[in-house]
Amino acid sequence: MATNSSNKTKVIYTLVAWTISGMIFFPILWTIITSFKTEAEAISASPSLFMFEWTLENYTQVLARSPYFDHFLNSVIISLGASIAGLLVAIPAAWSMAFVQTKRTKGLLMWMLSTKMLPPVGVLIPIYLLFRDVGLLDTRLGLVIVMTLINLPIMVWMLYTYFREIPHEILEAARMDGAGIKEEILTVLLPIALPGIASTLLLNVILAWNEAFWTLILTAAHAAPLTAFIASYSSPEGLFYAKLSAASVMAVVPILILGWFSQKQLVRGLSFGAVK
Amino acid sequence: MGSITLKQVTKSFDDVNVIKPLDLDIRDGEFIVFVGPSGCGKSTLLRMIAGLEDTTSGTIEIDGKEATSVPPAKRGLAMVFQSYALYPHMSVRNNIAFPLKQAKVAPAVIKEKIEKAATMLNLTDYLDRKPGQLSGGQRQRVAIGRAIVRQPSAFLFDEPLLNLDASLRVNMRLEISQLHKSLDTTMIYVTHDQVEAMTMADRIAVFNGGIIEQVGTPLELYRKPVNRFVAGFIGSPKMNFIDVAPKPGDATHSLGVRPEHFKITTEQGLWQGQVGVVEHLGSETFLHVHVDHIGTLTVKADGDCQAVYGDQINLTAEQAKIMHFDKQGMTIPALSWGGESAA
Repeated sequence: MATNSSNKTKVIYTLVAWTISGMIFFPILWTIITSFKTEAEAISASPSLFMFEWTLENYTQVLARSPYFDHFLNSVIISLGASIAGLLVAIPAAWSMAFVQTKRTKGLLMWMLSTKMLPPVGVLIPIYLLFRDVGLLDTRLGLVIVMTLINLPIMVWMLYTYFREIPHEILEAARMDGAGIKEEILTVLLPIALPGIASTLLLNVILAWNEAFWTLILTAAHAAPLTAFIASYSSPEGLFYAKLSAASVMAVVPILILGWFSQKQLVRGLSFGAVK
Repeated sequence: MGSITLKQVTKSFDDVNVIKPLDLDIRDGEFIVFVGPSGCGKSTLLRMIAGLEDTTSGTIEIDGKEATSVPPAKRGLAMVFQSYALYPHMSVRNNIAFPLKQAKVAPAVIKEKIEKAATMLNLTDYLDRKPGQLSGGQRQRVAIGRAIVRQPSAFLFDEPLLNLDASLRVNMRLEISQLHKSLDTTMIYVTHDQVEAMTMADRIAVFNGGIIEQVGTPLELYRKPVNRFVAGFIGSPKMNFIDVAPKPGDATHSLGVRPEHFKITTEQGLWQGQVGVVEHLGSETFLHVHVDHIGTLTVKADGDCQAVYGDQINLTAEQAKIMHFDKQGMTIPALSWGGESAA
């Protein structure tokens, strides 16, 4: 009896999980399918899920019309650049918060994290004017700086959570053994925390890759990443859904592949410290 | 060289005084054990000597030189931690080599020192393993190896055997004592286990509430404790305390009798009680005897003691070995074991 009811519960939970996953995945699936339709089929009043004439025309048109690989390169440089620059700042910050704690450390961490709740539009005008005045508009460097700053609180928080799991005594042993702060971080802390650092890097690459608000506002042609490339296919008139879908698929596929291969690492990274 | 002198050192965390002003001379080459209950400040003092905790006031001298503000690595001390604190990503070889590499010692010298330490600690077959592939005892040996190669002026041990099982702890205790004999280097050893303290130490410092209650050889502490705290902390099972009504001209407020100093008699004794729990250890037997108006007394008897639960027995104590404590819990030497009258 007990086994039967527990099996039933399992089936119900599985069905609920699949339904929710399906709902989350459906827009992505719909975008992928639409990217293989003609523009006419894409806006049809009775759209078909699979029964239509499959075409690659949207992809060839998008590749012919836009410098996809330039945008792709910009996305890679901006997301990787921002994540690496972020790590360079976040690692020492998280080290000090985890291992040289003061009474205000927790408060400082919470304050840093709270800045993520600030609507970005609140700082849009000062940042835009600053970028304009120092010549950072439409530059990769400008976007790397912005992406680094907006994701820094999350990076510090993630690394802090990781570092807290490392016994203090190991670092104290290194100190006793003659290691300075640099050696302590580089030769002892980083190798031990490598899985956490990799998770942090991956998550921030994904966040920076998907960031649209700042990329659309601060770039025009030269530094525009794939998010700006997608937006360029949105138009107030004419037929553009299929091409927009093709552009979207081309923009998300690289990061989707990266996410797929690193999902274990990501889940571990995000849940670290939550359960012990 | 490895003498360490503490002069009026204190440590406060915010408003809490963890170490109250204390002085201590640790002699070159001696094995001194800091012992005391949890939270008494013994580990904090060790960390202050190591330089891992700042000293709030007072001075620490190592080999006659002021070292209060000297960074840990420059104090010439090596520390073995409770959790071993090995570098998990490095092999045993690299763990042991780490301090030498930091000191930029020549690779050939490093190799030679690693081999020597590995031979001394029976680690030769494990040099290429990672700490995660070793047993607790082997990990502790690696931690000791990492300390040895630095040739420090003193070793600091922070409860190094706490995570080992009972039998391994006895073996490691012996190994550390032998190591001390062979290296002849100062060792400061922190533990809350008074058996470890008694068996290993040249001298023991008994801590309580941030102060040192008494410093002395194991037998001095056992025979001439300065107060009830030391008397109760040193010795296993602990000393029995019996409150007595003060008499004119006698300041005694309580008596202390060690379990091994009771005698079980068939005729009338000083105290009569009923046997409670009986613990047979083979070579000896511990009886927990309930005595009216006093409470439970622990009595150490022979291994072949026939007393069973519920038996009525009479107890007397070896008069010369009874301790007398005054109202403040301080020993009255003239009346106690080791005192003038008892001698």
